[in-house]
Amino acid sequence: MAECGRVDSNTSSHTMDKSITLPPDEIFRNMENAKRFAIDIGGSLTKLAYYSTVQHKVAKVRSFDHSTKEAAGDKLYEIAVQEEVTARLHFIKFENAYIETCLDFIKDHLVNTETKVIKATGGGAHKFKELIERKLGLKVDKEDEMTCLIKGCNFVLKNIPHEAFVYAKHADSEFRFQTTNPDIFPYLLVNIGSGVSIVKVESEDKFERIGGSSIGGGTFWGLGALLTKTKRFDELLQLASKGQHSSVDMLVKDIYGGSYACLGLTGDLIASSFGKSATADKEFSNEDMAKSLLHMISNDIGQLACLYAKLHNLSRVYFGGFFIRGHPVTMHTITYSINFFTKGEVQALFLRHEGYLGAIGAFLKGAEEDNPNQYSWGENYAGSSGLMSVSPDMNPMQRARSGTFDMLEMDRLDRQLVNLPLLQDPSSYIPDTVDLTEDAQAREYWLYCFEEALDGVVKRAVASQPDIPEAAERAEKFRQKYLHKLQTLRHQPFAYGSLTVRSLLDTREHCLNEFNFPDPYSKIKERENDIALKYYQKAVKSLEELSWEDRQFALVRGVLAGNVFDWGAKAVSDHFSIKLIFTFCFSSDRPWLVDSFDQWLERLKGPPHRCALFFVDNSGVDIILGVIPFVRELLSRGTEVVLASNSGPALNDVTNSELQILTERIAAMDPVIDSALREDRLTLVQNGSSSPCLDLSRLDKVLAMLVRERQTDLVIIEGMGRAIHTNYYAMLSCESLKMAVIKNSWLADRLGGKLFSVVFKYEVPAGKSH
Amino acid sequence: MDKAKSLVDKKGASGPFHVNNVQSPRGLNGLVVVAANGSCSTSNALGLSTGPGSSSSSSSSSTFEMHHLHRGEEKDCNGSPAKRSRLRRRTESVKRNRPPFPWFGMDIGGTLVKLVYFEPVDITAEEEQEEVENLKSIRRYLTSNVAYGKTGVRDVHLELRNLTMCGRTGNLHFIRFPTQAMPRFIQMGRDKNFSSLHTTLCATGGGAYKFENDFRTMADLELLKLDELDCLIRGLLFIDRVGFNGHPECYYFQNPSDPQSCVKKPCNLDNHFPMLLVNIGSGVSILAVYSENNYKRVTGTSLGGGTFLGLCCLLTGCETFEEALEMASKGDSTNVDKLVKDIYGGDYERFGLQGSAVASSFGHMMCKEKRDSIRKEDLARATLITITNNIGSIARMCAVNEKIERVVFVGNFLRINTVSTKLLAYAMDFWSKGQLRALFLEHEGYFGAVGALTELLKTSEDL
Repeated sequence: MAECGRVDSNTSSHTMDKSITLPPDEIFRNMENAKRFAIDIGGSLTKLAYYSTVQHKVAKVRSFDHSTKEAAGDKLYEIAVQEEVTARLHFIKFENAYIETCLDFIKDHLVNTETKVIKATGGGAHKFKELIERKLGLKVDKEDEMTCLIKGCNFVLKNIPHEAFVYAKHADSEFRFQTTNPDIFPYLLVNIGSGVSIVKVESEDKFERIGGSSIGGGTFWGLGALLTKTKRFDELLQLASKGQHSSVDMLVKDIYGGSYACLGLTGDLIASSFGKSATADKEFSNEDMAKSLLHMISNDIGQLACLYAKLHNLSRVYFGGFFIRGHPVTMHTITYSINFFTKGEVQALFLRHEGYLGAIGAFLKGAEEDNPNQYSWGENYAGSSGLMSVSPDMNPMQRARSGTFDMLEMDRLDRQLVNLPLLQDPSSYIPDTVDLTEDAQAREYWLYCFEEALDGVVKRAVASQPDIPEAAERAEKFRQKYLHKLQTLRHQPFAYGSLTVRSLLDTREHCLNEFNFPDPYSKIKERENDIALKYYQKAVKSLEELSWEDRQFALVRGVLAGNVFDWGAKAVSDHFSIKLIFTFCFSSDRPWLVDSFDQWLERLKGPPHRCALFFVDNSGVDIILGVIPFVRELLSRGTEVVLASNSGPALNDVTNSELQILTERIAAMDPVIDSALREDRLTLVQNGSSSPCLDLSRLDKVLAMLVRERQTDLVIIEGMGRAIHTNYYAMLSCESLKMAVIKNSWLADRLGGKLFSVVFKYEVPAGKSH
Repeated sequence: MDKAKSLVDKKGASGPFHVNNVQSPRGLNGLVVVAANGSCSTSNALGLSTGPGSSSSSSSSSTFEMHHLHRGEEKDCNGSPAKRSRLRRRTESVKRNRPPFPWFGMDIGGTLVKLVYFEPVDITAEEEQEEVENLKSIRRYLTSNVAYGKTGVRDVHLELRNLTMCGRTGNLHFIRFPTQAMPRFIQMGRDKNFSSLHTTLCATGGGAYKFENDFRTMADLELLKLDELDCLIRGLLFIDRVGFNGHPECYYFQNPSDPQSCVKKPCNLDNHFPMLLVNIGSGVSILAVYSENNYKRVTGTSLGGGTFLGLCCLLTGCETFEEALEMASKGDSTNVDKLVKDIYGGDYERFGLQGSAVASSFGHMMCKEKRDSIRKEDLARATLITITNNIGSIARMCAVNEKIERVVFVGNFLRINTVSTKLLAYAMDFWSKGQLRALFLEHEGYFGAVGALTELLKTSEDL
């Protein structure tokens, strides 16, 4: 619905000059390559979307030509940094006051003139049509608002993990993010603009406005302004947050003197909104009236939403529109109302990027030929400003941002991502073991930990590019950016969805990429791989000499020992040097912290598995001397093995392209591996991610296909990032093995163990045994 | 407050419905009374213009001022033979399972107290003589006035005449006064020694609970508290059964979608169940009723009559429901509300929304210029439309969810409120594409009180 005047303007707005110059480094990034535009102009905020290409450096490894191998000296493989062009979606939200300045900026930076049309939606689109056409020379093509909204909603629900959240004002963490359910339909979208539209969405292209109400944000604003003589929406909300509605509303106890017990109506329930102002001969405070109004409208909308949800048998109800738009006070009253009317059966869900839905949808309408829906997209944490609070007074944790600009960037991923088919229940799968949004103590520790480790990361980044003089400068920018992210997260842990160790790691990777440090560990990985390869044959030989039972134990120990040598983990780099590789022996004797080795051994005495899927971790000793020998044993038993490694670099994790080279080299030394590779019994796949952690709900489609084809009946997950920080509690529909060494004393302590405690978790799903 | 009073006075003394209706019950009552005891009744039969209701403008602000009326009459009928026969009658009454007079049913709501009073017209001369003075004075006070104090009103046009209840014939009177006057009412009960009548005071509504202790401690009166929803349904079914002085109690609007040909039509609520009963008082309760004793409260909303009046008072400075409705009748809500066509220039065809549909209630009021130039009448109208549409919308959804086709709207919000009744009728018809029918009842807000009265007489077989 169209909005009149300002809607959810920021407090700083009135001091802003229209001729303000924009900081182009941060806003309108990659505008030079912008290809396609869409704009959503609301009552006070403009949301601009554009599709652009980003050039950034990627590290590629390439095997030396076999014939020239000797000539290449002692180098294992060639590491080349290449320029790669990827697609990125940019969304920017700014106040309408900036619109002219922004259009000028876009015009100046728009090199690509192929675009002839700009898709537009929102109530203000017609108002600015002429201006846009004049400034940009693009034809404004108006799209239906609701269609855009729904398209945008589908897009974020599918592509952004933790997009939806439940708001609980008095809980430890106000925001409880929902896991991404691959099946997002059907759902109900309650869009609260000036009025309310209730839309049932059944599929990508099928939706229906099943109802609505004229009592919405416009009513709160209009009626509120009349009652309190307060002009602005935000001010009204602030008044409301300070008021007592019970002085204006007639409560059940005002009528009954207490509760109306036989109907289960408590005394504090509102019997008649504004009921007291009809009889009491007194003045009411603006705060109290605003609060009463807010309750009245929120309750009414909540009630209607529930009635529609019930009628259409829908349990997922998302709320959006300018009435909601991140305002804690309205999210609270709506949540309360929904809980009351459905007795907890339906939860009110809100969206992190709710403000962008129209712009995203308009963009998608215009980009249908590029078919963005056939790709998977991932939020770029480095370029996005995260969930913002529009009401700073109510949320003193407001962080400094670049003016009042808010940004969202999404990278088009190379691969389409899907669920691991072996998840027991995809809809309840949560990758992360600890939600730092909820666990304040853990949050504090990890934020501190990442901040402390930052110096080392910066050093490592600089060292990875010794020949490039401006590397230090870029590394410093990286430091500032990541530090800033950490500070934001300290104040607003919910800014990017659930805060987890994984998201902290991923954000760091995104920031490193942002400043062209695509693979700071590439050389270290190469060196470690090289050294480990030299010991491979010796290691295999010594294992072969052991009795079967001893060998099984040594293989497990080998994986665990190898996993200790992880240069990403702080404790390891403090304690060890590479020389300790073979002198380090397990300090932790069995029983380990989590120890199901005996069950595993028993299992191995039985028939072999059909196919094992192994999510590998680090380069060097870990993969070559730990994982490969373990895999070799599985192959010898007649089990096919799929090795899943990262698509892109993250810390010292082995990447798929590195692993290709490594296995080739091993195959040259080891006929068992060689024949397995040639006979396709050993397959390498990429997992679709560039994270040190693992989200089993977002994996490369090829991997998922392979898993199904091979009838995989064993999943092995190795390492702290993949088996402890994530997936520790993941339930699979087949046997699983989670192996890791806890290389962080705080975490070890949390789990009730010591530093370098071992987790060896072998699980068989209930009702399934071989 | 002066404004309020003058309105009450106006309604009481010269309201359009008052003249015809008042004459006949008075005449009827007068006849019987005269036949029984001429001297006693004459002063009251003509007491209409000089009753306390109209005279109170010069005196205190009390709602009930019966003391003016019967001061000095009390000693006359206090002889001991009369006492004996009174005792006899009472015993007889109890034997016949008939409670002693006076018969009241009371519904104490959030804003209004609704009182129904059964005035027996078959009183024999003997009875008349035996009638205790304060009982008599209550009867005369209530039946000879249409306004009580500043704010008490008898809805004369609703009076049910020659009604038989518990073997007695009489007139059922419908009286209301603001809940705020409740302490004064209790005070009066004490002053008049109401407790000596040994009647059971059947009360429902939240106030039955809230004021129970006050009744006990201040007036030595024990309330028989009754559930308001039970009473509502029982009262509604009772009135529907006895009819409205030979006419149906129920009505609907023919051609609700066309303002020109939309007309009120009486109808019979013959097949009662199931019905969705929407009671609009200060707040709103919505019940699904399957039989007299089988019903459930589906939901409710706090946006009710209290909200309309409360917001109107704040927005326009008015003080009474009548005043608010008067303003609303002269207003234009489209100056306040943003319509679909204000946004889309016409219908929003994509969603089948008419241009004339309200997109945002009070939506125009987001703009300062429009706020500054808006008329109070327009604000009152918009408030009325907003509240009514919302109730209609919730009621419709409940009807669909509960699979009930008949929606019966009751409650005092609908009193003298044809804007709302017609709008509800239209909304039910339009949004359900003719599937739902809105029904209304003439005694709008009094069913709870009637239900309380029937509870008092429940034990009697001939009820």
